[in-house]
Amino acid sequence: MRIGVVTFPGSLDDVDAMRAIALAGGDAVALWHGESDLRNVDAVVLPGGFSYGDYLRCGAISRFAPVMTEVVTWAGRGMPVLGICNGFQILCESHLLPGALIRNDHRTFVCRDQRLRIENNRTPWTSSYAENAEVTIVLKNGEGGFVADEPTLELLEGEGRVVARYLEVNPNGSLHDIAGITNAQGNVVGLMPHPEHAVEDLTGAGTDGLGFFRGLAMLSA
Amino acid sequence: MARYVVDVMPKRKILDPQGKAVLGALPRLGFEGVTDVRQGKRFEVEIDGDVTDDGLAEVRRMAETLLANPVIEYFTVHPDEPPVEPAETTPNVTRDDS
Repeated sequence: MRIGVVTFPGSLDDVDAMRAIALAGGDAVALWHGESDLRNVDAVVLPGGFSYGDYLRCGAISRFAPVMTEVVTWAGRGMPVLGICNGFQILCESHLLPGALIRNDHRTFVCRDQRLRIENNRTPWTSSYAENAEVTIVLKNGEGGFVADEPTLELLEGEGRVVARYLEVNPNGSLHDIAGITNAQGNVVGLMPHPEHAVEDLTGAGTDGLGFFRGLAMLSA
Repeated sequence: MARYVVDVMPKRKILDPQGKAVLGALPRLGFEGVTDVRQGKRFEVEIDGDVTDDGLAEVRRMAETLLANPVIEYFTVHPDEPPVEPAETTPNVTRDDS
């Protein structure tokens, strides 16, 4: 399966995401923010980082990149899209996902090995996890507090659209301990922790993150 | 030159960590009786020509599209004094819009 990774000005984790896709058995394809060409990919990852320096609001300017017009169009047709950290922020700004990410409630950047529960394994990005699997994936963000109004939170909870939830510690003030959500169709996933940094034993806290990329690779098999 | 001001503020229900930090600092500096501080953003948008209703509507669209995120923020738009013209030619228009 061809999985594209978009590089925006200020993206940080695009290379790690491509490496994670390759390790999971996928075919990683580099995509450029300024081009409207998705290069016939089957899925897209919006990686972490600080696109446009987080100016205005995180993801607010990247949302209008030429590539995002294509991403929004194809996401509407069911193409799997995963936004990690800054990518999650871009998906919210694009209205592909509800809610928003705001500055951590404790006002400091957080970097830790985070316990998570994968509560929804019905998305293409989480299909290789057992339901309610507990995993450890590194988290690093300054503006990772997920917020939404009460009706939206009820909708997300009621429809099982909370994909991942923080365990033990709420690291950033996210409402309902939400670490990741999906859209109504279940093809677009936003995730604040970084599975692409948890794919090799040599670095990080293990390989629990590989499942996010292996799920799609298995789909194509 | 027409100048419009867009004020963007975090919604009351949304946590404002930056405002909270300022609120915490003020008493330490001896400012007493401060009960709340909210921190927002101010944009000054300059457009060719005079202040008009169309210009105001255009700036409002800018705010809706880019300057504010309605999920977490609200905004007001109003014309402001042009930066260089004398005060007597300033259009006598003040309008708040939320």
